[in-house]
Amino acid sequence: MSDALTLAGRAVRLSRRQLDALLMALVLPVLLMILFVELFGGAIQTGTRYVTYVVPGVLLLCASYSSGLTAVSICQDMTGGIIDRLRSMDVPARAMFAGHLVASAARNMVSAALVIAVALLLGFHPHAGLLDWLGAAGVVLAFAIAISAVSALLGLFASSAEAANGYTFLIMFLPYASSAFVPVRTMPAWLHGFAAHQPITPIAETLRALLVGGAAGANAWIGLAWCAGLTAGSLAAAGFAFARRAG
Amino acid sequence: MTNEWTVEAAALEKSYGSTPVLRGVAFAMKAGSVLALLGPNGAGKTTTVRILATLDRPDGGEARVAGFDVMTEREEVRRRISLTGQSAAVDELQTGAENLRMAARLRGLTRNGARRRAAELLERFELVEAAERRVGTYSGGMRRRLDLAMGLVTQPEVMFLDEPTTGLDPRSRQTMWEVVGELVGLGVSVFLTTQYLEEADRLADHVVVVDHGRVIAEGTPAELKRRVADQRLVLELADETAFEHACGSLDGRLVHADPGRRELSLATDGTADHVRELLDQVDPDRTLLTRFAIEAATLDDVFLALTGSAPSGLTTNREALTPTEETIDV
Repeated sequence: MSDALTLAGRAVRLSRRQLDALLMALVLPVLLMILFVELFGGAIQTGTRYVTYVVPGVLLLCASYSSGLTAVSICQDMTGGIIDRLRSMDVPARAMFAGHLVASAARNMVSAALVIAVALLLGFHPHAGLLDWLGAAGVVLAFAIAISAVSALLGLFASSAEAANGYTFLIMFLPYASSAFVPVRTMPAWLHGFAAHQPITPIAETLRALLVGGAAGANAWIGLAWCAGLTAGSLAAAGFAFARRAG
Repeated sequence: MTNEWTVEAAALEKSYGSTPVLRGVAFAMKAGSVLALLGPNGAGKTTTVRILATLDRPDGGEARVAGFDVMTEREEVRRRISLTGQSAAVDELQTGAENLRMAARLRGLTRNGARRRAAELLERFELVEAAERRVGTYSGGMRRRLDLAMGLVTQPEVMFLDEPTTGLDPRSRQTMWEVVGELVGLGVSVFLTTQYLEEADRLADHVVVVDHGRVIAEGTPAELKRRVADQRLVLELADETAFEHACGSLDGRLVHADPGRRELSLATDGTADHVRELLDQVDPDRTLLTRFAIEAATLDDVFLALTGSAPSGLTTNREALTPTEETIDV
C-alpha cells in the first residue's frame, strides 16, 4: 500500500512534467467541445440543444484520451530500466499499476472539470443537484479507471511508447459508435446491436441522466458493471501477463 | 545467516530464442569479497547478473544468493540485494533528490528517513548541486552515480554492479571504484561485471573469465596474470613491407595488429631480457623497427593467452578496451 502511494506520487509528478502530453490533455477538452458544439452541432438533431446532448460524449472522449496515456507510461516503465529496479527491490507489480491508475484518475478529474467549464461557457444548462454532480464525477472516475486498466494491459504488451499510443487510439473510437454523440436510432441498423450494448452507451446515458435530468434506470447498473468488469478483467490479465513476462 | 559462500551458481544455462547465451556457467563467491565477471560483449555477463538478481529465470542449473534460491525464494533474495544495471534505471523527469527519496520510500524508510538518506547519498556521490535538477539534464556519469546511489538507500548484503564503469569519464570511474572499496569495508559482498582487465585487477579478490557463455578461467588477479603476460610490447614497423614481414614471422603470437599505424603487439613480462630477446627475434638485422613501447595488458591479451583466439564480439581496436582513453564529459 505504501509502495503504491509512493509510486502514485511519482506517476503524478511524471504526468505533470510531460509537458506535451499534459498540454494535449488540457487543450483537447476545449477543442473537442468547441468542435462538436459549434461546428457539428448545427447539423445534428438530437431533440435538445446539441451542447446539452453532447457533454457526456466529450467527457468520455477526453477520459479515453487521458486514460490512454496510462499505456504509454506503463510501456515506458517496462522498456526503460526502471522496471528492473522496481523488481529487484521487490516492489509488487500491483503497486506499479495502482500508482499509474491514481495518476490517471487525477488527470481525468482535471480534464473533466475543464470539459464542464467549457460546456457552461458554450451554454450548457445542467439540471443537477450536489448528489447528481457527485454521482457524475463518480461515473467519470469509474470509467476513467476502467479505461486506464485496459490501457495498462495494452501498455504491457506494446513494444514501444509509440505503439502503446497507437493501441489506445483505438479506444478513442468507442465513444463515437455509442449514444454519446448521436442517438443510436440515427445509426445504420447493422450498428444498432453494437452501439446499444457496448459499454459507452449505458455510461453516457447515466451521465446524461445525472447532469440534465431523466431516469438512468438500468443503464447506471449496466454501465458500472461494465466499468467494474473491465477494471477487474484487465488488471487480472495484466497481473498474469506481468508475471509471465517479468515475474 | 552466515554462510561462507554468498553467491553460488551451478551449471547455469540460458538461451534467448535459439541463441544460447549461457552454457553451463558455475562459480562461487565468498561473503564479504569482490568477484569480477570478466568478459567481452556477448559473453553472458549481463544474463548471469540478471539471473542472480532474480530478473531472469535460467533454463537450467541453479543459483543461490545470500543463502536463498534465486528461483524459489525470490522475495528473500530481493530483500538482500541491490542491482545497478548498464542502463541507468532513473526517472529523467524527476530530480535526483526525488529519485533517491522514491527509492528510499520503496525500501521502507519513513518520509523523514528517506529525506535524510537522500541528502547523505547526494553528498557522497557529489550530486548536491544537481540535486534539484531533473535527471534529464544530467551527464552520463552523473546518471550512473545517481543510479548507484539509488541502489544504496539501504545497505544490501550483495551488491550487483553490471559494467559499472563502461563509458564513464575518469572522475566518475574513480568515484565508482572508491564506492566499491567502501562497500567492502561495510561488509557488503560486491559482484561486478567488467570488460576491463585493469578494473578486475584493481577491485576483485576473485576473477571469473567468461566467453561464449562458458567460464574459461578463474582465480585471483595475480593467478590469472601469471597465466597471462600482464604487459605487452608494442612495436612500430618502418614501412608496409616490414609490417608484412613481421606479421608473417610472428603469426600466432601476435596479440594485436594495426596495419594503419603499422603496429604489432606481443605479450611480455616487461623485463629487459625478455624485451631484448623479442626485439632480436622480430628484427635480427635491425632494419624493420622504428619504435617500441610497453603497455599494460588488455582483455585482448588475456583472451589470446587463455583461448588462443581473440574474444567474441570484440574489435581489435585497443582504444575501445582501455578505460582511461574513452571519456564522457561530467
